[in-house]
Amino acid sequence: MIDVASPAAASAKRAGWWRGDGSEPVRRNLGLVGVLVLLYLVGALARPDIFLHGGRLWSNELTVLTQASSIGVITIGMTFVMISGGIDLSVGALLALASVWSTTVATQSYGPGVMILAALLVGAGSGLVNGILIAYGRMVPFIATLATMVAARGLAQKISGKLTQIVKVTSFNRIAEWRPLGIPLLVIIFVVVAVLAWVLLNRTTFGRRTVAIGGNAEAARLAGINIRRHTLLVYTLSGLCCGIAAVMVTAQATAGSSDHGNLYELNAIAAAIIGGTALTGGRGTIVGSVLGVLVFTQIYNLFIVKNLQTEYQQIAQGVIIVAAVLIQQFRVAALRRPVPPGA
Amino acid sequence: MNPFTNGPSRRSILFGGAAVGAGALLAGCTSNADNSTKNDTGQTKVTGGDNAALGKTVTIGFSAPAADHGWIRAITDNAKKQAALYKDVKFSQVDAGADAPAQIAALQTLIQQKPDVIVLLPQDGAQLTATGKAAMEAGIQVVNLDREFSDAGAARLLIKGDNYGMGLAAGQYIGAKLKGHANPVVAEIAGIDNLPLTQDRSRGFRDGLAQYGLKVTNRVAAQFTVQSGQDVTANLLQAAQRIDAIWNHDDDQGVGVLAAIKQAGRKEFFMVGGAGSLDAMEHIKSGDSPLEATVTYPPTMASSAVSLARLIGQGKGMSDLVELQVPKQIVLTSETITKSNVDKYLPLGFRS
Repeated sequence: MIDVASPAAASAKRAGWWRGDGSEPVRRNLGLVGVLVLLYLVGALARPDIFLHGGRLWSNELTVLTQASSIGVITIGMTFVMISGGIDLSVGALLALASVWSTTVATQSYGPGVMILAALLVGAGSGLVNGILIAYGRMVPFIATLATMVAARGLAQKISGKLTQIVKVTSFNRIAEWRPLGIPLLVIIFVVVAVLAWVLLNRTTFGRRTVAIGGNAEAARLAGINIRRHTLLVYTLSGLCCGIAAVMVTAQATAGSSDHGNLYELNAIAAAIIGGTALTGGRGTIVGSVLGVLVFTQIYNLFIVKNLQTEYQQIAQGVIIVAAVLIQQFRVAALRRPVPPGA
Repeated sequence: MNPFTNGPSRRSILFGGAAVGAGALLAGCTSNADNSTKNDTGQTKVTGGDNAALGKTVTIGFSAPAADHGWIRAITDNAKKQAALYKDVKFSQVDAGADAPAQIAALQTLIQQKPDVIVLLPQDGAQLTATGKAAMEAGIQVVNLDREFSDAGAARLLIKGDNYGMGLAAGQYIGAKLKGHANPVVAEIAGIDNLPLTQDRSRGFRDGLAQYGLKVTNRVAAQFTVQSGQDVTANLLQAAQRIDAIWNHDDDQGVGVLAAIKQAGRKEFFMVGGAGSLDAMEHIKSGDSPLEATVTYPPTMASSAVSLARLIGQGKGMSDLVELQVPKQIVLTSETITKSNVDKYLPLGFRS
């Protein structure tokens, strides 16, 4: 495979850990783990009765992981899109559409299997529409997914009649209640999706092509990659992730609603960015994105267990995004600096 | 000649067929026809007497926000249905748009049409005050629904719910039940925190609890949506290992609150809801959840607003009052629904 993520690759040969060699993502992820450890320390100071108590800590962290699972799956899909150099603003709206579609009176009458299938098909199908608009309609991803974001929310409102569609199929709601071996099923789904995504990104040609297209689309095309078809697949994958997340959120809320997934697009982009995914494409890791989601969810949890107002939490979230992007900027600046002789 | 381009391959036929099949399956899934009871007969009302008699035809213009929220939806539904009950009312609804400026623009068009009365639930009371005034100056009577104008002169009639009273009722209910408990843990799940209505509800709740010497121990704010209700509650239940009572401001987000409680397997506390949705009332009636009461904030106020708008347009008063005209202000009382009186309220419950 041709390495097209050229600036990072070229500098990898240069010495100096600050310049970002091949292990840069690993260090960044360690940094995020450090942030998580810091958050636990803050928790231990603020609520020692929870964070220094094995059983309660376990229970609390399982809650954090459960609440992170749906946005986590969405962020994983978003990571592929962003690595390929695109953006998907429609994820929250697609989640809402899939949740509404899978919980109409008609769909519910077919039972949990069809409800899950409907959510996955609507998600993947809508993602396919995004892909067609971008790959074959030659639309800018930002505009195309902005349009589908608005349209999908509208369609969700049309189907639901702006009502909350309460799920009466109790076996479906059990998705959010079932805890095989004490681990919530939603967390297991999240982990499985993350592992599959890691393999797909790092161990298959699909993943390498995604990185190649995002790094330099023209070079990737010259190397023989069918960019259009690949773009189509990447957006369909993101849509499928929305469908999976829709099943998770619907089971958690025990209802489908055109309000579900509100602001998920921004949360997913933010989590991917602090996880080291470049908005310009060509760079990003699944582990980083997962850690990014966990950092945000853990902060949210800390504010609630400490009984603080949520606006502080939004401020903290903003500060973290700015800090993460600044670090990224400094790193890029360091890359561009000429290497002094003998360094 | 490329043999691979000679027409659809087996694979594309397979995938194409699967796509068509999936599309057909999905298209059949969008129906929401509900065969269960349509429970809205109690949300509109026409009384007998002189006022029911056919009078001068009144044109009523109506504008209310259209959020994806059961309560807000019930407001518009009720207004429409109530208007349809009168043969002498012409009802014309204008879209309230997404925010206050959009609603102002829509209302300017409505004012041009010169209806007799405008029933208006503003996106924001203060921002719509000037528009209310302009309508009054143009000779159109304005009925201000729920969100109050900053100037009383901008409306002929204000009819609204009692947010403070709602919190007070919830606080008193919980206080009376927890009297004598040692260090009770009382949690509050608010709605959108920067809305004045949420602040009024919380103030009432604090005052109601204070009458019994109690305080709010844990407070979280959701977004009036089911998903946010589930999310804050899942975390809240981790924050407090033992809870004695929860007040949730809004029955719409309450669907998510109850889901989170069930998922966490917690049942040591009781819960009070807010607004009075059908779903909440069904839970209260069946006793299958910690939800044992809800304090009302009835969207039937829209039905009443249309009735009163008709009377104002016809120059009539309310038949049980001595005065010849409809009063200037009506504040609905917040009622507490429990298992003992839920049957009476069920017809008033709105679908969330």
